[in-house]
Amino acid sequence: MDPVISIRGLGKRYAGGHEALKNVDLDIERGEIFALLGPNGAGKTTLISIVCGIVTPSEGTVTAAGHDIVADYRAARTKIGLVPQELHTDAFEPVWSTVSFSRGLFGKPPNPAHIERVLKDLSLWDKRKSKIKELSGGMKRRVMIAKALAHEPEILFLDEPTAGVDVELRRDMWELVRKLRESGVTIILTTHYIEEAEEMADRIGVIRKGELILVEEKHALMEKLGKKQLTLALSEPMDAVPDALAEWQLDLRSGGNELVYTFDANAERNGIPSLLRRMSDLGIGFKDLATHQSSLEDIFVSLVSEGSAA
Amino acid sequence: MTVGRFNRHGVWAIYAFEMHRFFRTIWTGLATPVITTSLYFVVFGSAIGSRMNTSDLGVPYGSFIVPGLMMLSLFNECIFNASFGIHMPRFTGTIYEPLSAPLSPFEIVLGYVGAAATKAMAVSLVILLTANLFVEVQILHPFWMVAFLVLIAATFCLFGFIVGIWAKGFEQLQIIPMLVVTPLTFLGGAFYSIHMLPEPFKTATLFNPIVYLISGFRWTFYGKGDVSVGISLAMTGLFLLVCLGVIWWIFRTGYRLKS
Repeated sequence: MDPVISIRGLGKRYAGGHEALKNVDLDIERGEIFALLGPNGAGKTTLISIVCGIVTPSEGTVTAAGHDIVADYRAARTKIGLVPQELHTDAFEPVWSTVSFSRGLFGKPPNPAHIERVLKDLSLWDKRKSKIKELSGGMKRRVMIAKALAHEPEILFLDEPTAGVDVELRRDMWELVRKLRESGVTIILTTHYIEEAEEMADRIGVIRKGELILVEEKHALMEKLGKKQLTLALSEPMDAVPDALAEWQLDLRSGGNELVYTFDANAERNGIPSLLRRMSDLGIGFKDLATHQSSLEDIFVSLVSEGSAA
Repeated sequence: MTVGRFNRHGVWAIYAFEMHRFFRTIWTGLATPVITTSLYFVVFGSAIGSRMNTSDLGVPYGSFIVPGLMMLSLFNECIFNASFGIHMPRFTGTIYEPLSAPLSPFEIVLGYVGAAATKAMAVSLVILLTANLFVEVQILHPFWMVAFLVLIAATFCLFGFIVGIWAKGFEQLQIIPMLVVTPLTFLGGAFYSIHMLPEPFKTATLFNPIVYLISGFRWTFYGKGDVSVGISLAMTGLFLLVCLGVIWWIFRTGYRLKS
């Protein structure tokens, strides 16, 4: 099946000279949840904004549902819904009007039954007559989603859907995104939370300084991300790792004061109990221990150093 | 289902949204011009007008100023409504929605400018009705009166749209109407015939573009203007084209709308 979004050689250089995107190629499959992962300022929002028509690309092409986003922008944009990161709303408008307004803007005739369904799905039905300024932050976010869904798009962009949202609401949001996917909508979301990508996405793209440095199935990426480290602060410094501990492939750090064991957090047997038993058999004492999971930051560092080594 | 050549639902959504905003403040929106017009009639019509020599105007002074008063408020209403209409979504950030919608620049402008022009023309007509209570008003060329009203409203709303895009803040929205348009209107023969002026002011006034608009509009009422109606019409058309050209450039380059 043809990809629902196809991006080729996309680049963006802003007027000030800042190069926000460099030669990005990406295909989004119909019906998937794709997470664009990267630190702030990496180019996630620029990429989304280009596809949605808010930012003009410097080079490259994009098609959405088979339509070029520039030459055939009407057909392309009709298929796309956008939920921006910031809560941009008309504070004095009631929920029902603002959602109906969005549907009209995208060229669809009024359809109260559809608006009703969207509002009910988003638990906004009771608030349909409330003015937006009277709603909580989480509710406003839902109104933004309702506006984006009002014209029945096939593709939904969610820019940082859970930024500044508390844990409980974040769970609700994840649930909502899954329901949307079940209804057949392709979802592209950006996030800088790795758990969010892990929780929801089928595939993950990592973007850094305007470059898409990796696109992978979630499970494959999670294996890479699943590395954890156990650091043992030794009671007595040692010169070298004893041969008896060779099978754990330990690193000796901090001038022989720390032993570091890298293991797979997802594996059933991680080797920690056996390592600790062997150490006690050998009479190697430790005064403290800590585990550390690779953060997104570490992954970036390792991805980049892998890239430059190759 | 795809959008055809013209996104009429989209244009209507913007138009209705803007009109709804006007209706929320309809009473202050209409009371202000009525009260202002009445004050002008009290001050200019009764107090000053009775001392004016109006023999070469052909009509009493009170009647003479009606077209000028309508223009004065039309200019201000057009610029205020159109500039606010497009500036507000830029300010709140909701502009992302029309920009990402399947709307052509023409359709976006049509929605915002159409609504602003509707409101401004409604206020002008209210002023005409109010004036009717104070003085006798006749309209010799009703068709041309409506044509001038629509053309000038469209032109100044386009101009207001440009101001709304150009302005970096709300205070800048006020600068153009207050520092440029109102003075030019007062000096453009809204309250007098430029033939009453001595030289060199009479010639200098001809460089004021507003003169041609007011003169043409007054011609549709009383069949007499400061300059010939053909020139007035040509100048109105010229301003319209200039504004359209600037807006075409704005959307082409994305000036202050898109990066």
